[in-house]
Amino acid sequence: MWQLPTLMTAALVLMPITVIFLSWGSDQTEIWQHLIETQLGRLLKNTLFLLLGVGIWVMLLGVSLAWLVALCEFPGRRYLDWALMLPLAIPTYVVAFVALGLMTYSGPLHSLIRATFGEDAWFPDIRGPIGVIAVMTCVLYPYVYMLARSAFLSQGRNLMDASRLLGVSPWRSFFRVALPMARPAIAAGTSLALMETLADFGAVAVFNYDTFTTAIYKSWFGFFSLTAAAQLASLLLLFVALALYTEQRARGDGRLHQNPRRQQSERYQLRGSRAWLASGYCSVVVLVAFLVPVLQLLAWVWETRAQDINEIYWKLVAHTFSLGGMASLIAVTLALLVAYHQRLQKRHHNNTTERLATLGYALPGSVLAVGIMLAFASIDAGVINPVRQWLGLAPAQILLGSLFALVLAYVVRFFSVAFGPIQSGFARIKPSYQEAAQMLGSSHWQVLKRIYVPLLTPGIFTALLLVFVDTMKEMPATLLLRPFGWDTLAVRIYEMTSEGEWERAALPALTLVLISIPPVVIMIRRSRAVS
Amino acid sequence: MASYCSALITAPDTRMWTTAVDEDTMKKNLLLFKKLICGALIAGTAFITGCGMGGDGSATQADQATTITVYSSRKEHLLKPLFDQYTAETGVQIRYITDKAGALIQRLRAEGATTPADMLITVDVGNLWQATELGLLQPTESTTLDANIPAELRESENRWVGLSVRARTMVYSTDRVTEGELTTYEALAADTWSDRLCLRTSKKVYNQSLVASMIDTLGAEQTETVVRGWVDNLATAPFSNDTKAMEAVMAGQCDVTIVNTYYFGRLKKKQPDAALALFWPNQADRGVHINVSGGGITKHAKQPEAARKLLEWLSSPEAQRKLAENNQEYPANGGVKPSAEVASWGEFKADAMHVEAAGRLQAEAVKLMDRAGYL
Repeated sequence: MWQLPTLMTAALVLMPITVIFLSWGSDQTEIWQHLIETQLGRLLKNTLFLLLGVGIWVMLLGVSLAWLVALCEFPGRRYLDWALMLPLAIPTYVVAFVALGLMTYSGPLHSLIRATFGEDAWFPDIRGPIGVIAVMTCVLYPYVYMLARSAFLSQGRNLMDASRLLGVSPWRSFFRVALPMARPAIAAGTSLALMETLADFGAVAVFNYDTFTTAIYKSWFGFFSLTAAAQLASLLLLFVALALYTEQRARGDGRLHQNPRRQQSERYQLRGSRAWLASGYCSVVVLVAFLVPVLQLLAWVWETRAQDINEIYWKLVAHTFSLGGMASLIAVTLALLVAYHQRLQKRHHNNTTERLATLGYALPGSVLAVGIMLAFASIDAGVINPVRQWLGLAPAQILLGSLFALVLAYVVRFFSVAFGPIQSGFARIKPSYQEAAQMLGSSHWQVLKRIYVPLLTPGIFTALLLVFVDTMKEMPATLLLRPFGWDTLAVRIYEMTSEGEWERAALPALTLVLISIPPVVIMIRRSRAVS
Repeated sequence: MASYCSALITAPDTRMWTTAVDEDTMKKNLLLFKKLICGALIAGTAFITGCGMGGDGSATQADQATTITVYSSRKEHLLKPLFDQYTAETGVQIRYITDKAGALIQRLRAEGATTPADMLITVDVGNLWQATELGLLQPTESTTLDANIPAELRESENRWVGLSVRARTMVYSTDRVTEGELTTYEALAADTWSDRLCLRTSKKVYNQSLVASMIDTLGAEQTETVVRGWVDNLATAPFSNDTKAMEAVMAGQCDVTIVNTYYFGRLKKKQPDAALALFWPNQADRGVHINVSGGGITKHAKQPEAARKLLEWLSSPEAQRKLAENNQEYPANGGVKPSAEVASWGEFKADAMHVEAAGRLQAEAVKLMDRAGYL
């Protein structure tokens, strides 16, 4: 019965994916020919360059920041610890737009430079690959930071100390001991960031930087062919599945368990210029990735005199909050059960079912949303309505357009966001604990409740927070599947931005950020207490 | 329906399950399994009978009689004031969801006969054409609509009706361009505009419709030459929106761009002394490219009569004035004058609507722009 949650999740994710793969039944040669002739080469090059850039930078930033914050002591560390997580709360397209506003030719920075150094003064145009990579890195590094941070925290410095006692240099110890042990976490974080990059449409659209998703949207909205769009999306999915599989293979069968006992080890005390360098580095990241966009949002809210704060607005906040809460609870519970099932089977690799269950995140939001919508519509038509008819009720839309369907859609989309932290948490716990508990007669529920959940607390909090924040930011599925009257802050942001009214989108965007701050702080507190 | 629902949930058969489980003293795992099944059963029943939805989703039979459901790609802040007024005047409730046109059309398709939607409201005639082509809209006979909206702004059987008109025209820098320099869309391909042109991305439907209308009048070959000329003349890569393109003209990055008029209106409102002006191109031949936002009654509308009345009301002078003013567009109702601000931009000769072109030729326009390297 422990495979029930796994099967359920996989089935759930499989629904939209099946719909998407079914698109291959129809012939779209004409569109394909056109795309291959004029677009695909350039788009693939753009996409690979973006993935490479974002991948490298989120790893560099995420791991270095996590290490500093988890194992070193320097001025301001306690605040930077949670502040570094905050960029996650700002939707990517918002950061993109702020960056564009500040850094283009007509923006204040350029104008200032031209005014000071003359008309011909050179300044890089942000509307190129560098700009997109920078923006994506700013928003996505927290995935790596978060997961690497909890990995480093639970590692403690014992093994590092051992390595250094054996005469290995600090840097070498880091690369030979600390980093490999954190590898599952870093890999999970990086792949989340990369999947989001691959699926992103908002930020690349703001920069008019064409990637593979551009072809998907072009097929749908330009050529009116949802079928060709779905075919393209299915290729994207295959690519991701392959990449995830390769990563797991490359990780090998090494097991990295460690003593989960609280390790009250001292942090490395940084002194003098090194300490200030560390605080300076962390502060600059917070400044660029969080404070600047937020200040711009504040300025816009001020400009619009907060004209939109009214009854409707508070309703939006309430909807956003409750959807985020529901989705994160359900997704995390499922993730916990699935990971426990994996643990029961003593596997360290994801099998096909689990791999399937985590694929939802890699699809561009709109495509996944349509896939889910079509799947729900066919369940309505094929299962529910026949039963209703049999009960003597008129056919109606029951699943589609219900709150339940929307929450399911979030779970499909964000399951892998919940699964990553929890799985990498499990990976660090010795199986002997469970074996001991079971020898002493504990049931599975007791093992899960009394051993794993407490030990996994940092992972569970990370997962809850990530899904909560992601759900609140989620746009395409919310737009397509929300019940009447269930508008959220993200819906409001979409409505304003699609009309080009960025100033009025600032209020809901800023609210999203503000809502996310308390859970971030709580999470960090809790993970500090446990680790 | 709600009472029916609760009756089913507490129906004997499901209760039997619960009690049976409660009394079960067998293994805990089995107990839990049964609980799960039971929960699934209850949830399933709830869904089938339609009360597990929560929210405002489950309208009861009684208020369905006076509730119209609208799927709209026009945004809430543009529509809600009008809907509120209609509700105040008639007592008819209107509920709506907003999304991109493409997504709403797919949803209508998937829902088929069970759709709750009575009306589809969207921008760009290409989308309206697409919805008509897929058989999602139904004809409406209405002398009011026929009288209020000119024939060229609606579908022949009123499957959709234009509700507002937007013009896609040129905006230029008054510092660096003399008015005599500008003539037609095609002329922007000439060498004199080298490094002086800014454009929004070809991925925006407004540009796709513009190019489709050019294919319709000039033919594909000549249009492609023009678009290639535009691309050669670009001062910088295409922008993601009209406002950014105008800001680039203001900042001196380029001298002229092509935008929808209401974006110009919005910019002028914020920066009244911006050194920018509108120019109406092609006045000697076909006229300025126009497009519409419009609405139609869905094929499977549950309230087609009520929806027709709402559509008629939206075409009435009072609603038209508000609808156009909300977004600084031109009213579709010929008898209604645009706002003073919009009127101050001057009168212009408009190109006939290229409905077929916007729909059927849109894909061709996209391909053409791809070939020409217009990103």
